[in-house]
Amino acid sequence: MRLPVTAWVSIAHRASGVFLFAGMAVLIWALDASLASPESFASLRECLSSPLVKLVVWAVVAGLIYHTMAGVKHLVMDFGIGETMEGSILGSRIVIALSVVLILLAGVWIW
Amino acid sequence: MVTAVTNLGRSGLYDWLMQRVTAVILLAYFLYVGCVLLGGVDYPAWKELHAQTWMRVFSLLALLSLGAHAWVGLWAIFTDYLTERLMGTTGNVLRLAAQAVCALIMFTYIVWGIQILWGY
Repeated sequence: MRLPVTAWVSIAHRASGVFLFAGMAVLIWALDASLASPESFASLRECLSSPLVKLVVWAVVAGLIYHTMAGVKHLVMDFGIGETMEGSILGSRIVIALSVVLILLAGVWIW
Repeated sequence: MVTAVTNLGRSGLYDWLMQRVTAVILLAYFLYVGCVLLGGVDYPAWKELHAQTWMRVFSLLALLSLGAHAWVGLWAIFTDYLTERLMGTTGNVLRLAAQAVCALIMFTYIVWGIQILWGY
């Protein structure tokens, strides 16, 4: 589908929001395991060392990073900055660029 | 006719503001927890942090913000794609069903979170 970059950033903001709504279950489950007992904390640590779980965590963190970047763009625009067509396109490109960099860094941290 | 019956504040302006206030709270929370995790934690330190009243208040604030934020966001999505205009009466049924499921999930998250924060 040929859509402007601003449309993709907007759709991805929605999609990442829906994804995070489900992803919160993973985070709350992890918080539960991390606080229940020293044993559950240790087994959570163990669990987080498996590549598949790392991938899930990375996906949730990536969703958080992207959703945050696109959300901050909204906040910036609420202050009247970047509301023109050119401004929106530049803002969308910045959101994508920053997200890619931060998501890669998060991947390095997780692995 | 537009009947604003399932949006959080019964007003677009209220929803707009809530979405931003809760977003800033969630951003602060995830940044803080992210920094703590980046610094590395063991069980005693992590447990100690979550035993503090201010941290419990902060966590519960984030959890309730998540509920409101998700409700406003999902409302915007459902009322865009699951509509009477797009699919007739089915749209209304699907939308209300989807909202009911999400409300149930959100309520579960909140009760589960409270249990974690005060239960151990």
